[in-house]
Amino acid sequence: MRTIIFRTIAPYLTALMVLFSIFVLLRGHNEPGGGFIGGLIAASALAIFGIACGVASVRRAIVFHPMSVAGFGLFIGALAGTLSFFKDQAFMTSQWLIFHIFDAEIALSTPLIFDIGVYLVVVGAIGSIALALEEREVD
Amino acid sequence: MAGSSVSVDLTQAMVTAPVAAGDWLIVAPSLITMLGGSLCLMLRKNTELQPKLGIAFLALLVLASLALLVRVLDYGVITMVMGSWLPPFGIALTVDALGATLTLIGSIVALCAGIYGMATVDGTGRRYGFYPFLLLLMTGVCGAFLTGDVFNLYVWFEVLLISSYGMLILGNDRIQLDGAVKYGVLNLVGTNLFLIATGLLYGIFGTLNMADIAMKVSALENPASGTLSTVAALYFLAFAMKAAAFPVNFWLPASYHTPNVVVSAVFAGLLTKVGVYALIRIFVLILPDSLEYMADLISLVAIATLLTGAFGALAQSEMRRLLGYLVIAGIGAMLAGVVVGSIEAISGAIFYAVHSIIVMTALYMAAGIMSYMGGSYDLRKLGGLYQKNAAFAGVFLVLGFAVSGLPPFSGFWPKIMLVQAAFNDGWGWLGAAILVSGFLTTLAMGRVWIYAFWRGGPEGTPDGTSIAIPAGSVVQLGGAAPWIPLGILTALVIYFGLQPEWMIELSTQGAVGVGAGVDDPVGYLRSVFGDQG
Repeated sequence: MRTIIFRTIAPYLTALMVLFSIFVLLRGHNEPGGGFIGGLIAASALAIFGIACGVASVRRAIVFHPMSVAGFGLFIGALAGTLSFFKDQAFMTSQWLIFHIFDAEIALSTPLIFDIGVYLVVVGAIGSIALALEEREVD
Repeated sequence: MAGSSVSVDLTQAMVTAPVAAGDWLIVAPSLITMLGGSLCLMLRKNTELQPKLGIAFLALLVLASLALLVRVLDYGVITMVMGSWLPPFGIALTVDALGATLTLIGSIVALCAGIYGMATVDGTGRRYGFYPFLLLLMTGVCGAFLTGDVFNLYVWFEVLLISSYGMLILGNDRIQLDGAVKYGVLNLVGTNLFLIATGLLYGIFGTLNMADIAMKVSALENPASGTLSTVAALYFLAFAMKAAAFPVNFWLPASYHTPNVVVSAVFAGLLTKVGVYALIRIFVLILPDSLEYMADLISLVAIATLLTGAFGALAQSEMRRLLGYLVIAGIGAMLAGVVVGSIEAISGAIFYAVHSIIVMTALYMAAGIMSYMGGSYDLRKLGGLYQKNAAFAGVFLVLGFAVSGLPPFSGFWPKIMLVQAAFNDGWGWLGAAILVSGFLTTLAMGRVWIYAFWRGGPEGTPDGTSIAIPAGSVVQLGGAAPWIPLGILTALVIYFGLQPEWMIELSTQGAVGVGAGVDDPVGYLRSVFGDQG
């Protein structure tokens, strides 16, 4: 699969896909999107980069091992539910912080943190499977 | 975006009353293990830190489940709805005495396994994630014990299954993959049946909240109708697979001898009991009429399970396979309790589950130590262990007595409760099967003791002589790490044998909580829906 066209395009494609996955992630909650689909898009971006330029360069590019990324996602996802403890509410009750900058409504919330957690879990888990499979093919 | 532009009356859909901080204990077991598990996952490469971190979180888990049990005993059934959304649409975690007791015992066993794992799980096993998997397994186990929602129960089953797959193939050996495939396929079929049955149940009632379903079932004119019996039969098959009951038990002896011995110990202690717990929860709480309808079938299954387990144990000479069959025999005894269905029988089954969790884990741990001392799991190659360590031989004898149901150890009381309940309610054959199975188990354990401990050496050693075990085959144990958990569990076995009162009291409360006998499970329903329920 290492044709020159693919190898030239793949980094741009990967960057675009990661950008798009973050857009989809942030768009979620009330509109289609969210952590799971976003994570899938990002994981396929990693897979494409891996097919084009080799698994080693993907591992270098993402710095952390994919399973550690998944672990971090699970960690912040679980933590996001605990904030409601301080407001005498049940586990996972959503907390919202809404403010306006130049007429744009910015909503920060615990579901957002949870969704980012889901995103990271999916990127980590699917990414690690994809990279492992691609590595075997080279052997 | 958060509904700021739309005004809705949230009191209709959400809990608005403040939640007591103590109620957070109900999410604590799953939350602690999830946080600990993910932390360990991130630090997977640091094999020195892993055990310390894992054991610290498991100790925290034991403390949290102890506090939870105390709170349940003080305040009765506790419910917390996730995200404040009201049931039946929100997911409710509901804990009664049964769930809290099993959570506590399960956490103690997990902590013991964590300590034992320091000795038996090497650097590779740690890098492959023994501690993260153990913690996440406990997330699933505790979640299953604490949830009040059928679909959520399914989700926790998946969580614990996925972690258990990881633990099974920790060393990536060929034989482990072979065992994992058998285990995996059977469990996938089981969870799929569980999911299908849950879908049907949702189709009938439009709700998945256990308390809600229980109320709707009891309001039905014909609570054992065709559709509902189908659902019940599917549930029974699914949970029987999980629990390794008779016709679908073959995966257990085929897979439990392959992984690291501490993994077998955790599995033997916890996984099948989650199946039994689900059986008690679904059948006794939600579908009591279907249970009555299927009683004859389940009693046959229970008798067959009791006997195949005991005979299988007699026939095996591989320690871990032998113990696997003893796990199955214990499942039969618990099933017998579920069939009889009186308060005494259900509390006997609960007590038996507690006993079985502790004693089976301890026996696998003892088997691990035996193989370290004697160099093999094969009874033919073991021998002379009494001379090596008389105290250990004593501990093994205690565990052997306990698993056979002999006094004065923990297996005695639940068996008495079960047998008495069976004879009182006219299930004579069931009581007889429990007794016969206990007798055969005694023989099997006696055989192990004579072969591994009493005789002078491995097969072929002349009577009256003893052979020193060749030094080369003996692997050194890692210090005190395997002895501490074995000591803790054996102490519990002796303690429950000598002081059974509060455990009997606790399991009776658990049995009353799920509505064994005649009464409706008022406490459980009230906790979820308030007093109008």
